[in-house]
Amino acid sequence: MKTTQILIAGFGGQGILFAGKFLAYKGLTEELQVSWLPSYGPEMRGGTANCNVILSDTPVGSPIITQPDVLIAMNLPSLQKYVDTVVSGGQIYVDSALIDEKVAREDVEVFYIPATQIAKSEGIATLANMIMIGHLLENNPQLSFDGTEEVVKKLVPPAKAALVELNLKALTLGKEYK
Amino acid sequence: MAERVLMKGNEAIAEAAIRAGCRHYFGYPITPQTEIAAYMAKKMPKIGGVFLQAESEIASINMVYGAAAAGVRVMTSSSSPGISLKAEGLSYIAGSDVPALVVNVQRGGPGLGGIQPSQSDYFQATKGGGHGDYKMIVLAPASVQEMASLTIKGFNLADKYLMTSMILADGTIGQMMEPITFEDAEIENYDKPWALTGTNCERAHNIVNSLYLKPDELEMKNIERFERYKLIEEREAMWEEYMMEDAEFCVVAFGIAARVAKNAVVAARNEGIKVGLIRPITLWPFPKDALLAAADQVKGFISVELNMGQMIEDIRLYTQSKKPVGLCNRCGGMIPEPDEILESIRNAQKGVF
Repeated sequence: MKTTQILIAGFGGQGILFAGKFLAYKGLTEELQVSWLPSYGPEMRGGTANCNVILSDTPVGSPIITQPDVLIAMNLPSLQKYVDTVVSGGQIYVDSALIDEKVAREDVEVFYIPATQIAKSEGIATLANMIMIGHLLENNPQLSFDGTEEVVKKLVPPAKAALVELNLKALTLGKEYK
Repeated sequence: MAERVLMKGNEAIAEAAIRAGCRHYFGYPITPQTEIAAYMAKKMPKIGGVFLQAESEIASINMVYGAAAAGVRVMTSSSSPGISLKAEGLSYIAGSDVPALVVNVQRGGPGLGGIQPSQSDYFQATKGGGHGDYKMIVLAPASVQEMASLTIKGFNLADKYLMTSMILADGTIGQMMEPITFEDAEIENYDKPWALTGTNCERAHNIVNSLYLKPDELEMKNIERFERYKLIEEREAMWEEYMMEDAEFCVVAFGIAARVAKNAVVAARNEGIKVGLIRPITLWPFPKDALLAAADQVKGFISVELNMGQMIEDIRLYTQSKKPVGLCNRCGGMIPEPDEILESIRNAQKGVF
């Protein structure tokens, strides 16, 4: 049985829900069982937003993640709120352009990516979320970068086709960041 | 195999309704079910259907009443406070014996409450809500797939028994996305000779009405209706049993609570505790035979609910209080963690309910 529980958290407007949707669609194309649960409260109207994504080869039980295998933190309050919930041996991906703090835990693998900075300098300021996802796909043993192009094409509506290239660019930047 | 698509629970309800032949939607926006109305607003005009955002919940339920009387498949959707506003119309629909589908994507109450998921409208859905002696068929989906399949089932049952089917969901199942397929959709069609479709001067007038001023007539109407309810209780109860074969303890939960409870049951089994789950899929008719049978097998029950303890009363009633029934609950928009339910199961094993 292989189940990966991914918690993505940050500010409203950072594309937290879209990043989760991308992972959910990727799971769908890989014939996995998938659940995607967004925060829908007042917090998403300008405050913090988060998204629970579960990818599994068996039916998903509760869609609510209390102990994530992976945390993607895109602002400091989110990192502080969830850092201790990550399972021992799990992974934490930190947007280090927005978060100065280092993770004190030693039983988790931590990746620091200045995603917001990279996105800005590459002229794709709104796609820091996908840079984080690219880095996740490259570095998580349960996930893979394969098939990302197909998923992006499925997810971006035809009216916004120009965004396909930009999303792929962001994913690749994340993949290649060392 | 039909294609798997990712959908929100609310969207799955709307798409399933359209596939079930519903071409009339009347509603008024409220979180966390607004995606249903949004989906209908987008789709209905393209397929010759009616989407109408009414001036209020009360107006929308009465539009449902009217469309149902005309014999078309019709629905409305709302969330807890909005359903309270619709209660009068629900009673009229019941008193007129016309079919309709009503969706309640519950949020915390009472009053305006909050917008986070809840199951605190169990009593309202299963025991009435509006005035008078009446029932609704209450279906409680626990997945996005069931949001779709129970919507179709709800339309079928409503037409078959001439009454309201209610989808009693919650904010979590409404907002979450899961892959679903529509391949199994079985649409049943029923003749509606009673419908108000115009006589063309070829038949007597049909009358749809809930007013009976002669008490003996009204009594007879009620008795006839309850004979129908009895049939439904005998035929239509649905539930899922999980790891019940050798269970010594039984968790009872529906909707999102059942999803969380399942995780706790698995965790308890890993600790060697023989526990299973009964998940009512219909809340009315309540799966009383399953519960009564379990009462002879297990040492006790735990009701897991997102309210202050409502279904627990039916569990006690239908198990004839043969075994203790404990409560593991959160409310106000909070959802219990699997560990909280696991703790209740451990306590049950120690005889503490």
